[in-house]
Amino acid sequence: MEQTPILECRNLCISYDTRGGEIPAVIDFNMKVMPGKSVGIVGESGCGKSTVALAIMQYLGSNGYIKSGEIFFHGRDMRTMSPEELRSIRGSKIAMIYQEPMASLNPSMKIGDQLAEVPLFHEDVTRSEALKRAQELLEAVKLPDPPRIMESYPHQISGGQQQRVVIAMALLSKPDLLLLDEPTTALDVTVERGIVELVNEISAEFGTAMVYISHNLGLILETCDRITVMYSGEAVEDGPVEDVFDNMKHPYTSGLFASIPLPGADKNVRPLVPIPGQLPLPHQRPQGCFFGPRCAFFKDGTCNQEKVPMRTADSGDSHHVRCARFEEIDWSTGDHTAVATKSVKSGKVVLEVRNMKKYYEITDSSIMSLIRRTPPKTVKANENINFDAREAETVAIVGESGCGKSTFAKVLMGLESATEGEVVLNGEDLANLPVQQRKARTVGHLQMVFQNPFDTLNPSHSVGSQIARVIRKFGVEKDPRKVQDKVNDLLDLVKLPRDFAHRRPRQLSGGQKQRIGIARAFAGNPAVVVADEPVSALDVSVQAAVTGLLTEIQNDLRSTLLFISHDLSVVRYLSDRVVVMYLGHIVEQGTTDEVFSPPYHPYTEALLSAVPIADTSVEQKQIILEGDIPSAVNPPPGCPFQTRCPRKIGSICETDVPPVKDMADGHRIACHLDADVFAAMEPVIVVRDSEAAE
Amino acid sequence: MTDVTNTSAPSIFSRIFNGIGLLKESPIAIFGLSLIMFWVILAIIAPLLPLYEPNIPLEPFKFPLDGSAKNDGTYWLGTDHKGRDILSRVIFGAQQVLIWATTATVVAYIVGMFMGVVAGYLGGWWDEAISFISNILLSFPVIVLYIIIITYLGATGFNIVLAVTFASAPGIMRIVRGLVLDLRTRDYIFAAQTRGESAMHIMLVELLPNARGPLIVDACLRLGYTTITIAMLGYLGLGLPPPDPDWGKMIAETQALGSLAGHMALVPAIAISSLVLGFNLLADGLREISMRD
Amino acid sequence: MLILAARRLVSMALIMAVISFTLFAIFESDKLAVAGKVLGPYSSNEQRELWLTQNGYDEPFLERYATWVGNAMVGDFGNSIQFKVPVSEIMWPRLANTGILAGLYMLFMIPLSLTLGVIAGMKEGSLQDRVVSIGSVLTTSVPEFASATFFTAIFVFSLGWLPGTSAMTGGFTWAEIVLPVLVLVMYGFGYTARMTRASMAEVMTSHYIRTAVLKGIPYRRVIMKHALRNALIAPFTVIILQLNWLLSGVIVVEVFFAYKGFGKLLLDGALFGDIYVIEACTLVAVFVAVFSQFISDIGYTLLNPRIRFT
Repeated sequence: MEQTPILECRNLCISYDTRGGEIPAVIDFNMKVMPGKSVGIVGESGCGKSTVALAIMQYLGSNGYIKSGEIFFHGRDMRTMSPEELRSIRGSKIAMIYQEPMASLNPSMKIGDQLAEVPLFHEDVTRSEALKRAQELLEAVKLPDPPRIMESYPHQISGGQQQRVVIAMALLSKPDLLLLDEPTTALDVTVERGIVELVNEISAEFGTAMVYISHNLGLILETCDRITVMYSGEAVEDGPVEDVFDNMKHPYTSGLFASIPLPGADKNVRPLVPIPGQLPLPHQRPQGCFFGPRCAFFKDGTCNQEKVPMRTADSGDSHHVRCARFEEIDWSTGDHTAVATKSVKSGKVVLEVRNMKKYYEITDSSIMSLIRRTPPKTVKANENINFDAREAETVAIVGESGCGKSTFAKVLMGLESATEGEVVLNGEDLANLPVQQRKARTVGHLQMVFQNPFDTLNPSHSVGSQIARVIRKFGVEKDPRKVQDKVNDLLDLVKLPRDFAHRRPRQLSGGQKQRIGIARAFAGNPAVVVADEPVSALDVSVQAAVTGLLTEIQNDLRSTLLFISHDLSVVRYLSDRVVVMYLGHIVEQGTTDEVFSPPYHPYTEALLSAVPIADTSVEQKQIILEGDIPSAVNPPPGCPFQTRCPRKIGSICETDVPPVKDMADGHRIACHLDADVFAAMEPVIVVRDSEAAE
Repeated sequence: MTDVTNTSAPSIFSRIFNGIGLLKESPIAIFGLSLIMFWVILAIIAPLLPLYEPNIPLEPFKFPLDGSAKNDGTYWLGTDHKGRDILSRVIFGAQQVLIWATTATVVAYIVGMFMGVVAGYLGGWWDEAISFISNILLSFPVIVLYIIIITYLGATGFNIVLAVTFASAPGIMRIVRGLVLDLRTRDYIFAAQTRGESAMHIMLVELLPNARGPLIVDACLRLGYTTITIAMLGYLGLGLPPPDPDWGKMIAETQALGSLAGHMALVPAIAISSLVLGFNLLADGLREISMRD
Repeated sequence: MLILAARRLVSMALIMAVISFTLFAIFESDKLAVAGKVLGPYSSNEQRELWLTQNGYDEPFLERYATWVGNAMVGDFGNSIQFKVPVSEIMWPRLANTGILAGLYMLFMIPLSLTLGVIAGMKEGSLQDRVVSIGSVLTTSVPEFASATFFTAIFVFSLGWLPGTSAMTGGFTWAEIVLPVLVLVMYGFGYTARMTRASMAEVMTSHYIRTAVLKGIPYRRVIMKHALRNALIAPFTVIILQLNWLLSGVIVVEVFFAYKGFGKLLLDGALFGDIYVIEACTLVAVFVAVFSQFISDIGYTLLNPRIRFT
């Protein structure tokens, strides 16, 4: 039976008018969304996926416009709709959920009022009825204490709760179509899992069709029926989700897939393969296939002539691909070089952290507290941290927001002093030595790579001068010629051309800036480098290359890498040992294999179950944590995880801090559970033994 | 990948040239800059021009373009009630205003920027003290501050600069402090700290250069505002002592005689409006350009 | 909330204390000069010393300061040298006159600048935006004494519609207040209009406005209920703080049009050297400025839920 698609985009072309002329953002886009089904749109930054969503809502801003093509909603061409018609559709038939929930809610209006507006302006209801409906929906999205939230302002609730409010707002009028634009990118992994489950449930219950936009392939695999992959404004492949994952036809899709680490896979069997090159700028797209210059199967004459059309790749006309050569590609050839795997063995211990505690005091300077003489509140940011790091080893520190990893990094780097405990680097205790008092060599031996590539370099100075300054500061070289040579050496180390030294940061891409950040960190021949989420802010296809770069440098220089991340897939791939933190405590630590397989700390178990995995051959246990991460100002008594733990045994968890149990040669878990419970734990991530489809 | 070992960074001249070229993008900025340059150039070449002495009485109440001057000259802008040539008074008045407004603004900026970056970066006790002093200064209505300083310390150029600094520096301090509070959360500042850089280095080398954008726009606006202030002080009788030609004083002296010879007050009024308009337009254009980047 | 108000009041009192002390130190630490001002430049030192003893100047400095503050708080500011009557007799009526001027100014300026700013910011880059922006730039380039000159030339000398002075010798007349208010409003609305415009433009590009539109709320309500609530917070504080600037404009206007107001009193007192008038006027002016800052702070906290409810 031919159903009318709820939404259909036909040959859609969207452009922006800028100072530099017309810039095409989306080219020749086709998509059909059937009632009750969900379609995922996947791509990296600048591929145009968000533009498509905004175009569907007809909200392209003052300089965006649909150049050609149509968008049909329930069969009607949206361009023929009057502004009043559009208004009545928005929020009631088509609703949208946004990436940043805090920014998407009006800070000056109570949540209840904002929610009630939806039924008030779309249906004929009284205000009290609207408020009642709003509160009911807050319950449906599993928010605690709905009446209180109705009366609150957005800034008074957490990020996860805000996103649930946005979802409630979108669902209030039971829309036919839901657009989700990266709804979980700004949230913690365990919170993300809850939101994804919620969206799945509700769309099943209401029969809502969904368009799910993300850069995370794993997420799309879990939530969508069909997937469209976009590259530089074009759809390059689309089809049923399982089909596309198992039978990738487009080199970009397979390249993207190969550059993502999968937590279930062994890095020697499935190494990371980055896609070389960069995304083309919108006005510099190559002729013919846009992906051509980066493609391993590029053929001159075929791939760079005319525009490549979308063609059917299977017999049922549901899987399409935009590739001139897809029938003749031999997937076993043309592999780009995989990133280097770690080839060095760990050496002696270089960094020891013993019983480190870091407490902050928050002083309340209000008059009320002066009168009452309330004692200052203590934030227990780090509690009893114990671990070692060896030469040439990669130790990953994993945790979500509030776990204390940034505080730990600050104490290491000397920006804060430890309240108690020792931090010993090559024999020197740094715990109470602020960075200004450390010897230049010591400072050079312990450096950091930062998360945000856009802020990691000073925009007012040239890249080369910034590296040179670091070289001089650490006493590595003094002679200007030698300093210049060292700058060149470092640029070679991070695989950037030497004349980049004269460029300003704004002339570099995100990935290039991050490489400079790495060069800067290695300027002083550091023994230990702390990398704080070094690739999270980069595009997926660039992440693999930078990750590989770090590994290579480690191979050459035998430096120790402390890798702070929340991304368990990358952690699995890169690290030798893992430390899992929650609310200032280390809850589990051991080698990577030990931590990723049972026995687990309940938090590790939940974390592993929450990671979206883009692998159809993997089965993952579903463990959903209720509630939010508690605040570090008011940590729960006893075990920090007891408020959310699915394996809580009873009151002992609430009163006693759990003991650290040694499972086997250094694998430690801090938990009250018995040995037999641990022995009975099943793995969270299981790779089905059936051969992967090829 | 060419191995370029000795290409130097672009020279300072080409950088300035590029900077001015940027202005091309905003017609408003160019128009403003031309107005300003008009007065600046006039002020600079004044000694070379064949002008009458600004303070010597000639023939009173002559109208503009009156060609009946004694030695066959022309009173291009007429004369005032005391017979002084208005054209030369306006041009020499431009000198006065430009010199003092620029000096006062520059000094206020240096003081304000220093206070702002210290308060914003070092925080704590520094911030409290500097903010407290600024709040005190900002609690004075500006004109009261001027009146007190000039009445009690006398009306000299130095005191005017002092008064303008007291009045403007707190505002500048607030702007810089706000910028610094934002900038210091950036990773490159964090990176500098982890390198053990001194606070002085971070403030001067890492922070300040990045505050340029909004400060340049504010500086233009403030130049305009200071120009108004100096002329206003002259108008109220609090400016530099006679007989220096001062646009404000020119208006004060001749406003009541408007029914007889309106040009005497109108000419300096137009002069000051045009100069301030120049600063405001330049500021506007610069702001537009910086937004577009 | 109350705690915040209390803290601000304490801060206000502290600032007033510091300022009044500084003022007193500036004006009255040189006792002989004060006496010289009162008795005239031809008085001898003995006459001055005598006068000082008679008027309580032999007390220690801090005591004199305390007495002065105490008197000021009940309205006793001493006697004017120029007019030979208690300062309060002259000051309060003048203050009332200036109050009328300021009140009319606010009455016209606030709706004008807010409306123009909102219209301009609603559609950034549009014709209405450009017109308002250029208009604001033009009007804030013409200082009051210049615009007063222009307006006088047009309305008084050429057209003869309005009187050239506002001395109000025949009692209050509306015709005489037109030009002063016009001059003040013309210079004053530009800054507030631009701040409102900037605030509005920023709000209109925010994500929550996008949410409101995509929820299907009628455009009018989006502007009135969602945008304005957030956009008008900043301009509100700016308007209150205008009081600080207003005084200088008021002085110029009062001098130009010979309006018997507070500003002219202060200026004349300063030029004459009438110490007690200067002290009194300065204290009052500073108090108004500090009080307006207080109102602005409290208002901002009340209007901004992010600060009001942490």
